[in-house]
Amino acid sequence: MFRNQYDTDVTTWSPAGRLFQVEYAMEAVKQGSAAIGLRSKTHVVLGCVNKANSELSSHQKKIFKVDDHIGVAIAGLTADGRVLSRYMRNECINYNFTYESPLPVGRLVVQLADRAQVCTQRSWKRPYGVGLLVAGLDESGAHLYYNCPSGNYFEYQAFAIGSRSQAAKTYLERRFENLADSSRDDLVKDALMAIRETLQGETLKSSICTVAVVGVGEPFHILDQETVQQMINAFEIVGEQEGPAAEPDDASGQEAAAEQGGSTDEGVAPMDI
Amino acid sequence: MNFTASKQPENCLLGPESDSQRTLYPYVTGTSVVALKYKDGILMAADMGGSYGSTLRYKSVERMKPIGKHSLLGASGEISDFQEILKYLDELILYDNMWDDGNSLGPKEVHNYLTRVMYNRRNKFNPLWNSLVLGGVKKGEKYLGTVSMIGVNFEDNHVATGFGNHLARPILRQEWHENLSFEDGVKLLEKCMRVLLYRDRSAINKLQIAKITEEGMTISPPYSLKTYWEFAAFENPTQGAVGSW
Repeated sequence: MFRNQYDTDVTTWSPAGRLFQVEYAMEAVKQGSAAIGLRSKTHVVLGCVNKANSELSSHQKKIFKVDDHIGVAIAGLTADGRVLSRYMRNECINYNFTYESPLPVGRLVVQLADRAQVCTQRSWKRPYGVGLLVAGLDESGAHLYYNCPSGNYFEYQAFAIGSRSQAAKTYLERRFENLADSSRDDLVKDALMAIRETLQGETLKSSICTVAVVGVGEPFHILDQETVQQMINAFEIVGEQEGPAAEPDDASGQEAAAEQGGSTDEGVAPMDI
Repeated sequence: MNFTASKQPENCLLGPESDSQRTLYPYVTGTSVVALKYKDGILMAADMGGSYGSTLRYKSVERMKPIGKHSLLGASGEISDFQEILKYLDELILYDNMWDDGNSLGPKEVHNYLTRVMYNRRNKFNPLWNSLVLGGVKKGEKYLGTVSMIGVNFEDNHVATGFGNHLARPILRQEWHENLSFEDGVKLLEKCMRVLLYRDRSAINKLQIAKITEEGMTISPPYSLKTYWEFAAFENPTQGAVGSW
């Protein structure tokens, strides 16, 4: 995407009918470190790559518990993500206080999307620069949603956002048909493998990733480092030493080129998909 | 400096006229509601009387109404406040339906919403003068609870309001058991309502029994209970009575 005369204000349309500021906000999501989510009929797993700036610092918190039955993973401007998580927690608490019942995740996601939309239609605001993968349970089962800075939201069986997420998406596309009936542990394994895809050959360790689970009978919680490392060891996920690792690297190289090509032409605006 | 009093508008909330804005006493009231859990759901009974003080003025007041797909609300106390509550709930259910997303408010949610409403009104010293019974079934789970005008709320296997607490609950404590059949449930409720009819002066002999199950809600047409007055002591009540003149 290149600078043009219609991209200064969020309230200015381009002649092709695009809001460039909103699209730039979605770019910010692509720059953040990867976050992935996948679900079965009864469980949802969220995972993200957590790289600290330096060895001295701690890493950014990218997965937030919103309620016992809802959690969110973010990619992009983490400060915006933190603020939105606070809003989501508030909504859940208020609903629970009035109705003594958990807020259905589908309704929370719509409220969140409506808030994001407001920021795309006020001249004195800017769109949120964060994409949210919302994992939660409601009456109809387990759900995974993606909330976009544009104010759109989509439901997914599995999804990945952030930098090098295409590699994870490719892996998930191969696996998603079997996910619905996966066991909880298989789901976590798939999440770890998807995270590994985004690392492009770097060794997967529990110190650079975070995994969280929510499911029927299992409140949302982040798995502790030890458990994650044990699972990594158990599934023998070790960088380039596995055969299948070679394929995704080639595929992801091609995908990355295609992605950049697609975004420069005046095609369909990303938020309209 | 100007010390002359400024003229207050008539509906001002300050000063001596402020209390006319608050509920001080009820005017048209309904008496007890009795409800119990049975095998398939909830059974609730209430008579159709609306008293105006000691006058049994209105005799066709429906004091039980369905709420959404899963709940049934019965009320005693001020009838106009009950109608107000029905309006609030109507709006609540409407917004719930508008989500159109496969989720719906069950009896537990409605009960807690009502508790919040009643308690908040009580805190403002402007109560909705009702005792409410909320029952329903959702996803096979039976729910029965009550809220009073001061916001006291609880759930139980059988509940009652007003005089029902004193006359019906003891009977229910003796005779209620898990998995009552529909016929046994109705018989038990009628037993309670008969005692209330004999002993509660604001009860009238025209009642309805409502049933709510997973399938939905039905309410019986109004009917009367058989009563017995041929006791010997009633034949000549003053016989043998000691007089002072």
